[in-house]
Amino acid sequence: MIPRHQKVIFSVLLAASLVMAVVLWQLRDRAHQRLIAGEDSAPTNAPLVAPAEQATLLVANDADNTLLAQTHSLPLPADPGARARAILGKLLDLYSTPDSSHPAPGGGNAVSQVYLLPALGEKDPLHPDAELAVVNLTGAFVSSHPSGLETETLTVLSICGTLHANFPRVTQVRFLVDGIERHTLAGHADLTRTYLATEAVPTAEGAHQ
Amino acid sequence: MRWTSWIAAVLLAAGMTASAQAPPAPPAPQPRFVVVLDAAHGGDDYGGRLASGQPEKAYTLTMSVRLRSQLGVRGVQVITTREQDTGIDLNHRAEIANHANAQACISLHASESGSGVHLFVSSLYPMQPSRFAPWKTAQAAWVTRSLALAGVLNSALLHAGVTVTLSRSSLPGVDSMACPAVAVEMAPDRDASLKTTADLDNAGYQSRVAGALAAALLEWQTEAHAQ
Repeated sequence: MIPRHQKVIFSVLLAASLVMAVVLWQLRDRAHQRLIAGEDSAPTNAPLVAPAEQATLLVANDADNTLLAQTHSLPLPADPGARARAILGKLLDLYSTPDSSHPAPGGGNAVSQVYLLPALGEKDPLHPDAELAVVNLTGAFVSSHPSGLETETLTVLSICGTLHANFPRVTQVRFLVDGIERHTLAGHADLTRTYLATEAVPTAEGAHQ
Repeated sequence: MRWTSWIAAVLLAAGMTASAQAPPAPPAPQPRFVVVLDAAHGGDDYGGRLASGQPEKAYTLTMSVRLRSQLGVRGVQVITTREQDTGIDLNHRAEIANHANAQACISLHASESGSGVHLFVSSLYPMQPSRFAPWKTAQAAWVTRSLALAGVLNSALLHAGVTVTLSRSSLPGVDSMACPAVAVEMAPDRDASLKTTADLDNAGYQSRVAGALAAALLEWQTEAHAQ
């Protein structure tokens, strides 16, 4: 025989559970509606296929400590920052291949952004429109980069030289990692200083690809 | 008048006697020749990881000890920035080098990338020495001498059959050193087809490189004394 007060408690708890289930169902529906309303389900603009253009890459070679200028054809966007990122992405893609002359994992996604700004310091009368490129590398690329004076220096100089080869107005380059300044690339190459693009001099002209 | 001329005559005679009896002047002492060896990394700073699993900090210390021994037996005074696995600030390394008033400063590194020995000189633009040098660019006044030292090291290493690459780079720590300074990075020895002929752990290879560096520093000592 179940006491009466226990029956009352059971009925109250059952009723409360049902009410809560209904409220939860309604809240879920409202959240779902909000999510659908936030999404722009209209068809997006048709993707523009950028025409393939020639880009000069200064490809590093660890074996003889050189930078080889190579010409590659790749689709490039019109925006200068996005264009610079695409070119550097191609360069770092070459480094991530198994038979690379300068192995460095990460590939095209290693560069988050490239910002092109007016150059630092007093205006050079010979280059009044000189620009500073700020290259924002990903932390994943930096943490997986091989350590060593030569390999790190070559990575930095090949980025500087490639930017200058394709954007002659870029005379200075600075580096960030995940948006903040970092002392070194992988323990050796100094990332706190402003590099002059002219520090990277190609050793030879490579075959066009 | 008579007294003064008498005193002058006595003094002149005494001076002549003294000069006649004075021993010949000793030869001018050889100027001090000091080499600073900086084993890069240490303590919490492991540097790179080598193929053997050994951290770069341990390898550079081994090479520093090996080179110090080779120079020590040849009578060269060597000052090292560290003798054990301790972390030393880059500024403190430069302070040690600058206090030593050294004629050569060698920063030792190691890497699995590349081939042979990589020699690096600061990429600072050469400047005239001045009484007060900015700390971060003190090496600028020494870049020309550093390039000459790198040339001597290059010749000795090539003579020992080691592949060498010469380069310039921004070198925090070395850029603050007021002495002829070169960063020496050891990599495995490889042939033309990039096949490894000697690993970093190869004792013979280590000895060959250390011997070549010691020979180069002795030649540098001769050049320094000749100037």
